[in-house]
Amino acid sequence: MSNKVLVTATINDEERSFVCEPRQSLLEVLRDVLHLTGAKEGCNNGNCGACAVIMNGVLVNSCLVLGVEANGAAITTIEGITPKEGLHPLQQKFLEDAALQCGICTPGFIVAAKALLDKNPNPTEQEVRYWLAGNLCRCTGYDKIVRAVLDAAATLRAEKQAA
Amino acid sequence: MTPVIKKTEAKTNGKPFKVIGQRVIRPDGVDKVTGRAQYGADVILPGLLYGKVLRSPHAHARILSIDTSAAEKLPGVKAVITGKDLKPAEDKVAKSGESSVNYSYLSQNVLAQDKVLYHGHPVAAVAATSIHIAEEALALIKVEYEVLPPVLNVLDAMKDDAPILLPNLRTKELGEVVSDKPTNIASHEQHARGDLAVGFAEADVIVEREFHTNTVHQGYIEPQNGTALWNADGQITVWTSTQGAWDQRRDLSEILHVPLSQIRVIPMEIGGGFGGKFPVYLEPLAALLSLKSGHRPVKMWMQRDEVLKATGPTSASVIRVKMGARKDGKITAAQAWLAYEAGAFPGSPVGAGMGVIFAPYKLDNVQIDGYDVVVNKPAAKAYRAPGGTNAAFAGETVIDELAEKLGMDPITFRRINAAKEGDRRADGPIYGRIGFIETLDAIEKHPHYHAPLPEPRAPYMKVGRGVACGFWYNWDGKSSASAVVNPDGTVSYLEGSTDIGGTRASLAMMLAETLGIHYEDVKPMVGDTQTVGYNDGTGGSRTTYGSGMAAYHLGKEIIREMKQRAAVLWEVPADDINVEGDVYSYGEKRITFKELCAKLDETGGPMSVSVSLDTKGAIPALATHVVDVEVDTETGKVNILRYTAAQDVGRAIHPSYVEGQIHGGVAQGIGWALNEEYYYDKDGHLMNASLLDYRMPTALDLPMIEAVIVEVPNPNHPFGVKGVGEVPIVPPAAAIANAIYRATGVRMTVLPMNPKNVLQALGKI
Amino acid sequence: MQAFSYVSARTLSEAADILAREGDQAKCLSGGTDLIVFLREGRRSAKVVVDVKGIPELNQLGYSPKEGLTIGAAVPLHRIYNDAHVIEHYPGLIDAATLIGGIAIQGRATLGGNVCTASPAGDSIPILIAYETTCIVASRNVTKAIPLEKFFVGPGRTVLQPGELLVALKLPPPKPNSGAAYLRFIPRNEMDIAVTSAGAMVVLDEDKRRFVGARLALGAVAPTPLFVPEAGAALTGQPVSDEAIEAAARAAQAAARPITDMRGSAEQRKHLSYVMTKRALLRAIERARGG
Ligand SMILES: Cc1cc2nc3c(=O)[nH]c(=O)nc-3n(C[C@H](O)[C@H](O)[C@H](O)COP(=O)(O)OP(=O)(O)OC[C@H]3O[C@@H](n4cnc5c(N)ncnc54)[C@H](O)[C@@H]3O)c2cc1C
Ligand code: FES
Ligand code: FES
Repeated sequence: MSNKVLVTATINDEERSFVCEPRQSLLEVLRDVLHLTGAKEGCNNGNCGACAVIMNGVLVNSCLVLGVEANGAAITTIEGITPKEGLHPLQQKFLEDAALQCGICTPGFIVAAKALLDKNPNPTEQEVRYWLAGNLCRCTGYDKIVRAVLDAAATLRAEKQAA
Repeated sequence: MTPVIKKTEAKTNGKPFKVIGQRVIRPDGVDKVTGRAQYGADVILPGLLYGKVLRSPHAHARILSIDTSAAEKLPGVKAVITGKDLKPAEDKVAKSGESSVNYSYLSQNVLAQDKVLYHGHPVAAVAATSIHIAEEALALIKVEYEVLPPVLNVLDAMKDDAPILLPNLRTKELGEVVSDKPTNIASHEQHARGDLAVGFAEADVIVEREFHTNTVHQGYIEPQNGTALWNADGQITVWTSTQGAWDQRRDLSEILHVPLSQIRVIPMEIGGGFGGKFPVYLEPLAALLSLKSGHRPVKMWMQRDEVLKATGPTSASVIRVKMGARKDGKITAAQAWLAYEAGAFPGSPVGAGMGVIFAPYKLDNVQIDGYDVVVNKPAAKAYRAPGGTNAAFAGETVIDELAEKLGMDPITFRRINAAKEGDRRADGPIYGRIGFIETLDAIEKHPHYHAPLPEPRAPYMKVGRGVACGFWYNWDGKSSASAVVNPDGTVSYLEGSTDIGGTRASLAMMLAETLGIHYEDVKPMVGDTQTVGYNDGTGGSRTTYGSGMAAYHLGKEIIREMKQRAAVLWEVPADDINVEGDVYSYGEKRITFKELCAKLDETGGPMSVSVSLDTKGAIPALATHVVDVEVDTETGKVNILRYTAAQDVGRAIHPSYVEGQIHGGVAQGIGWALNEEYYYDKDGHLMNASLLDYRMPTALDLPMIEAVIVEVPNPNHPFGVKGVGEVPIVPPAAAIANAIYRATGVRMTVLPMNPKNVLQALGKI
Repeated sequence: MQAFSYVSARTLSEAADILAREGDQAKCLSGGTDLIVFLREGRRSAKVVVDVKGIPELNQLGYSPKEGLTIGAAVPLHRIYNDAHVIEHYPGLIDAATLIGGIAIQGRATLGGNVCTASPAGDSIPILIAYETTCIVASRNVTKAIPLEKFFVGPGRTVLQPGELLVALKLPPPKPNSGAAYLRFIPRNEMDIAVTSAGAMVVLDEDKRRFVGARLALGAVAPTPLFVPEAGAALTGQPVSDEAIEAAARAAQAAARPITDMRGSAEQRKHLSYVMTKRALLRAIERARGG
């Protein structure tokens, strides 16, 4: 009695088709069907941000999106944020600033921070904290995460100016 | 990518370290920022089944019957298990992480036998071809319960007529069973020295208070998970996020009645633990389901409500403290009574709390009594400095009040009584080279301590500054490691400590330091129970100490072997070869480590070494924290304005990760202090089992946290390491309570100090 | 989660047909931040999930000085708080829209969903009531307008009948010299559900010295979001003064009939009804005076 649906979406700039049940979340589809396990499940009800992805330019929690809703959408996951060469400045700064301990929250934070910096290249500390309030980290107390995001913003601004 | 190395600001006490103290990039970092790192729930195997657990809807009930027939018939269901499938484990106790474990209880906690003891207690499990089918199958399992009255707090549970959880439990009174009366009190222990009556008689001021603290959870972001394959040859492989792969192997062996040698535990990357990921929960069920489904691998992971309902929180407690001091500031007597909730099975961290409560101070007359009490809540498990935060909340609040009554600065008062090397703790041991006074000095000298408090933002806002100190034992323990020296001059380094927060980097740094080579030339990897020697778990603040010691000895072994190779090369006695950094020399002859590696083939062939140690010599960590708060006296809400934590770390191997541990511990302490708590209804249902209603701090709830690293090296460790991870969670609740007092004039004696409790204390509701 | 089928409706009538056919076993999916959680936890059941985000009427967001603001039920919050008209004319709505969930929730969550979930703590509702919002409800045959304060019948329950859906919310144009604000009390600073909240709209006279009118609604202190006309009455005609504000806050407190649950106690909520009303009014007055 399976009622699987064929879905086609652009995931990390690649067109992907998959079949899923309507009750499967986008998070489940990414992880179990497409084996993109970078998005993490921390709560499965929108409270932790570990599953964050960017959908049509908007930050969302993939555990609160149905896989079928992705039909025709463009989705960027942590896997898609990594450039062809080297690392994204956010990734680089998270490493340099030791902004991760266990690292389970890291993909969600980097995706969320990317969505922030895409909109606001020069956020204040308070703006970073507000934007990231939907992402829980239990290891770091956020101190080094906030610094890494501010550092990455500075790098991106400098790169842009140089270009 | 070329790793960036930042210069450290940490002091090295004049010792010229090459690698230690640098802020290097962690070796597992790239995988973790790109989403490639494989955590427990990321395991994907051919033929994988998905497992789910059916949990008790009641806090206390007898299981009358379980009917699984309908679930078994559902298409896609491959196996269903209940308590009947789990042969009871032996009633014996072993050490597990920082606490101990009784296998009989552990087994009953994994899957209930005849009784359920808390809301969320597992009663059955299913494996199916999809997670949704498994879930549908759970709904088809019929369980008949006889509901029993629950007991939901420690004082009720200690009453003579309280409902009894475990019919066979008898109180261990100072180590002996003296009565055959069924009880919920698992044990009473005591530390005593001197004469309390004399001490209190000598006191000019006496303060006595009772404190109540609520259940809180470790709150790691990664839920428990486990994937198991019980193969046709009887070999069991388990992939899981665990703090202690070897502990798990032993627990699985006892619960499943399978020899150790048939079990391999592969620790995956782990998304936080804080003590809560030592025990097994899902792994034995996944193994049984694998066996029953015809040897297919079974993956299980918890939903967040299951994590909160059924995995180790830490104890709620009631603590009474009485202390007296003379006008000159000397504490003359100290007495404490601690009762901790163990949850469903004995094993609260009350013993640790008893040790923590007065540990920073030198006391002549002291008595500490502790009770471990079962209640209908999930079995308490270790949580960062287990039992320490609530104990220090009580002890350090009373200390603050004594200082205030004596008109003394809280740091001065503490310095007068501060424990030093050679002093004896209330629980027996004599202190080695601790750095408590150095942390008091650090805070006293810090600009934060002298900065004027900010102006309140509204007439109803009050601001205040509080201080508190904390102690944690630190653990040493057993560690093994092995290494392969490669012809290109690098060292492949296999260690066995689960890396929860960057320890791979610190351990590799210590190995590199020992060998005098570059950090990047050490390639660390975490092994499993089959590939590297025994390791105690990652907990007890032991990894950088114990496994660091193993890294050092591994390095020394490599050097010994390398000298042999140089000896072969130059045809001279190995003992006469000099080693200075990475340079091996004999007279005029010199060769670097890297050059020598290139000659391994011609000097004896491949090289690998391994060490296994039972390390000793850990020295406790002490810390002093200062916090500024703003209290909204109309709503009861407390905001943290500024936080500074000074801690004696022995030696900061990787200062960033030391700061990170301090930040994280403080953040958890703030959460515990302000908003985190389990909220049960009167029938024992956990009502706030989500991360929306179990309120852990968000980025908007915390300021930057200043970590002040104090280094008083541990003479027992080659690099001076003491252990860092746990003590930072100990002082925050007390420091915040003391700050709230300074702001409002009201002493808080309950945790959490949430808006409701603060409003109540202020007499507003 | 139970199995269901999924339809992405393209027109209002397509959605209305399915809703009429399937009755209460059809559920509208807007941002899904409530519905998906409810279905997963078994708190709601559905055979068909009707995605309403593709229906043009539910996606409109428009303002005119004469008609006021029309917000389609499926417009996500991030669109609302980035809209220049809303920012200029309805700052109280910005208060609410920017504090529901976190950024990722706001990327999906809608006012239609917030209203239809009918939580007593739903953050958009008190301020929408204060703004005199009307709900536009459609079924296969009929379209009707319902004042928002009449929309709720109990926790999680609205006047919507099977076959009906919420199309849009209509807010009248702001009156001259008016100001509005929404404040909620939560123990954390974000990602929390209101323990108690207050939405206030005040209209002042030309001198901005006297209340010409006022509307106040409270959240999380009754089985439904609570419109408190007594508070407005306590202000109307009075000079802007501490006494008048105090009287309104006491009226709000008297109207509150909260319960104790995991998020707060009845006594705490009763007390907060007073505090939040006072603070929301002060902020609304400040805005009316151009602050
Ligand atoms: C982490 C998290 C934090 C949250 N924080 C807050 C908060 O701070 N404040 C707050 O108020 N809420 C909060 N919520 C709840 C939720 O996000 C809001 O209620 C949101 O506005 C719901 O909108 P939605 O579009 O996602 O609704 P949906 O989930 O799509 O729908 C909600 C309900 O309304 C019905 N429905 C939707 N559209 C229509 C329609 N057009 N006609 C008829 N019925 C319809 C659905 O069938 C469903 O029953 C939070 C939720 C999460 C997961
Ligand atoms: S897993 Fe999606 S928000 Fe937590
Ligand atoms: S690094 Fe562990 S949760 Fe953030």
